Amino acid sequence: MALLTVRDLSVGYESQPVAENINFTVNKGDYLCIVGENGSGKTTLMNTLLGLRKPVSGQITTGDGLSRNEIGYLPQQTLVQRDFPASVREIVLSGCQGRCGMRPFYNKEEKKLAEENMEHMGISDLAGRCYRELSGGQQQRVLLARALCATGKLLLLDEPVSGLDIKVTAEMYDLIGHLNKDGITIIMVSHDIAAAVRYASHILHIGDTVFFGTRDEYLESAEGRFFLMRQKGGEES
Amino acid sequence: MIETLSLYFQYPPVRYALIVGVLIALCSSLLGVTLVLKRFSFIGDGLSHVAFGAMAVATVMGLTNEMLLILPVTIVCAVLLLRTGQNTRIKGDAAIAMISVGALAFGYLIMNIFPSSSNLSGDVCSTLFGSTSILTLTKKEVIICAVLSVVVVIVFIVFYNKIFAVTFDENFSKAVGNGTDAYNLLVAVVIAVIIVLAMNLVGSLLISALVIFPALSAMRIFKSFMSVTICSAVLSVICAFSGIIISILAGTPVGSTIVAVDVAAFAISCIVGKITGRNA
Repeated sequence: MALLTVRDLSVGYESQPVAENINFTVNKGDYLCIVGENGSGKTTLMNTLLGLRKPVSGQITTGDGLSRNEIGYLPQQTLVQRDFPASVREIVLSGCQGRCGMRPFYNKEEKKLAEENMEHMGISDLAGRCYRELSGGQQQRVLLARALCATGKLLLLDEPVSGLDIKVTAEMYDLIGHLNKDGITIIMVSHDIAAAVRYASHILHIGDTVFFGTRDEYLESAEGRFFLMRQKGGEES
Repeated sequence: MIETLSLYFQYPPVRYALIVGVLIALCSSLLGVTLVLKRFSFIGDGLSHVAFGAMAVATVMGLTNEMLLILPVTIVCAVLLLRTGQNTRIKGDAAIAMISVGALAFGYLIMNIFPSSSNLSGDVCSTLFGSTSILTLTKKEVIICAVLSVVVVIVFIVFYNKIFAVTFDENFSKAVGNGTDAYNLLVAVVIAVIIVLAMNLVGSLLISALVIFPALSAMRIFKSFMSVTICSAVLSVICAFSGIIISILAGTPVGSTIVAVDVAAFAISCIVGKITGRNA
């Protein structure tokens, strides 16, 4: 049984579909990249998968023991967060909020989990530091550690490298690749198609036509070749 | 000076004023951090004007207990305002401005058409600036205020972690299955209660100051959410306490004196923040 099955899904705002006829499945250990041009509905699809937005039509089903609130989420940064006075430890710990239910305070296990994930992301030495004083790459690691506190199964990443420089971007992709090797399923929204075909195992392309398949199938497909060529051309000009 | 103070403290109204002032300052500063960070600094202002309008209506209707009308109306408006924050046609700041001036105008209009006392401008002035009402508190009002303050503080402590999480990243909270709407509702209700309480202290024009100044001052100096919250509570209590004492000694209006002290504290925090920031 697949972790996530999406059938005939249309996503959009107030029953106005942005992207339609989306079908795909995500199995345990997959690394799925959702690509498409600006405005093609990538972020809307992401929000629908997370349950932040109702689908216009179609179905999203979870399986393989995954419940809807066991999805870790790495959002794009918001304006509010950029000058938020909070320590790294406080933010990572807030990833455990879904485990608490109605219990008001975090217990020892959750605190330990937060420490472990900070260790894992290499930010233990920043634990007491203020979030707004960190570099972009460090901030992403903090948010990634928080997402890992919410789940050990499935991570949704929304443009995880936007605004990062080349070196930090490569480190970020490496980190995500390692998490995937450790058995965490990854779904990543990206417009960096070159990185998508380098790292991902599966590609979902949304836009005028929808493509879903493995990376190799995508490279052979009409959408993939057209899109890759376009992006290459765009970078050269 | 101490003699003058001890003389004043023999009168229960002065003691009541001090107790109520400190409690209100504590409550308002706790939620101030969240409101400032969520870009809702002006909600205090908007809601206090709503409370003013409701109070005018209550006075005209001749209600014996004005709270019965003011509190529900303010809570409803708070819920509406914090709801509109996200996905509506009229964005947060415009909605607050609209409700705020609308209620202010409506309240003054009603008070003018149906004057309940001969000294209309005096009445309006004391509601807006809270000039003397804090010194006319009855024992019952003090008890109500104390109970509500304790409830607010307990609610805040119990939901501290959730409030932090929802303030920092609402979408993440929603995605991991936390009922963010419920917490937004909770914050709205609590802030409405605080504002109605605070009207007695500083009047409806200056309430925003109690909500935002301690939070902003604390944010200059401290860098984690916990320390900012604690610092803002402590600062607010100190400012309210010294503001009331100064106003008694100097014979200045209570509300504006407290706010002036808050402004001074903010200036000092800015300087402290600059100095420590440079060393770090």
